[in-house]
Amino acid sequence: MAVVSTENVPVKTEPDVVTVRRRVREVSSQLGLSLVDQTKIITAASELARNTIIYGGGGSMQVQTLNGPRVGLRLTFEDNGPGIPDVDLALRDGFTTGSGLGLGLGGSKRLVNEFEIFSKPGAGTRITITRWK
Amino acid sequence: MEKIPILKMGDFLLVTIQVDMHDRLALALQDDLTRTISQTEAHGVLIDISTLEIVDSFIGRMLSNIAAMSRVLDAETVVVGMQPAVAITLVELGLSLPGVRTALNVDAGMELLRASVKATKEMYGSRLH
Ligand SMILES: Nc1ncnc2c1ncn2[C@@H]1O[C@H](COP(=O)(O)OP(=O)(O)O)[C@@H](O)[C@H]1O
Ligand SMILES: [Mg+2]
Repeated sequence: MAVVSTENVPVKTEPDVVTVRRRVREVSSQLGLSLVDQTKIITAASELARNTIIYGGGGSMQVQTLNGPRVGLRLTFEDNGPGIPDVDLALRDGFTTGSGLGLGLGGSKRLVNEFEIFSKPGAGTRITITRWK
Repeated sequence: MEKIPILKMGDFLLVTIQVDMHDRLALALQDDLTRTISQTEAHGVLIDISTLEIVDSFIGRMLSNIAAMSRVLDAETVVVGMQPAVAITLVELGLSLPGVRTALNVDAGMELLRASVKATKEMYGSRLH
């Protein structure tokens, strides 16, 4: 797998969620993802960026474009926040410790082709999502 | 702070969302609409989201909240113009937009609002006899 480009986007304040959506739209459209696939990964990114800010206390999004053998877009959201004590529970639809609908983690997992989560109490959270062309 | 305009058209309020809303702007719209419904005694709210590129769980919750609050204030809400890609994504995300009525475009939405206001009037009218 070849990484063609890498870029970091800050995810610290609420307006950064809009920046994240705009950037993911630009890159996924440049890669030639279908409109539906673009919409899916932008929506997933919006959910994860909001979590990074609200629960993770802010962090960043790494954008990687992939090529060879397949073309795809990989996004990594990372924060040094409190971490998630029970990842399986957090992934369940409807589970929230805040005031959301509890669909962000489970929903974004359904919207992408690959979903990886590393989280430990005290060690922050890192979530990587990939959507292939 | 920027604001999303609310237009009054007879008995109805019309909102066209034309920017990528950050969360606070979405919450402000929810509050503004609730206040405007009660001030104007509008009986219908039409929200045009045809330029929205995504609806995530936050915006989805805002739409459900607006529908629920307008109902309490005796107004019907119709969301119009959702793009097919957005609708497909919503379903996969797991959002069902409880209580939100939808229509394909502004005309169909207006039709739905007129019909529902008429039905309400007739219901109250028949109760008087
Ligand atoms: N980056 C994060 N850091 C710490 N906890 C998180 C993070 N992301 C998600 N969580 C936890 O997982 C739960 C579920 O997240 P999510 O599915 O997005 O639902 P919601 O945002 O509506 O709470 C959150 O309520 C929170 O407890
Ligand atoms: Mg969330």
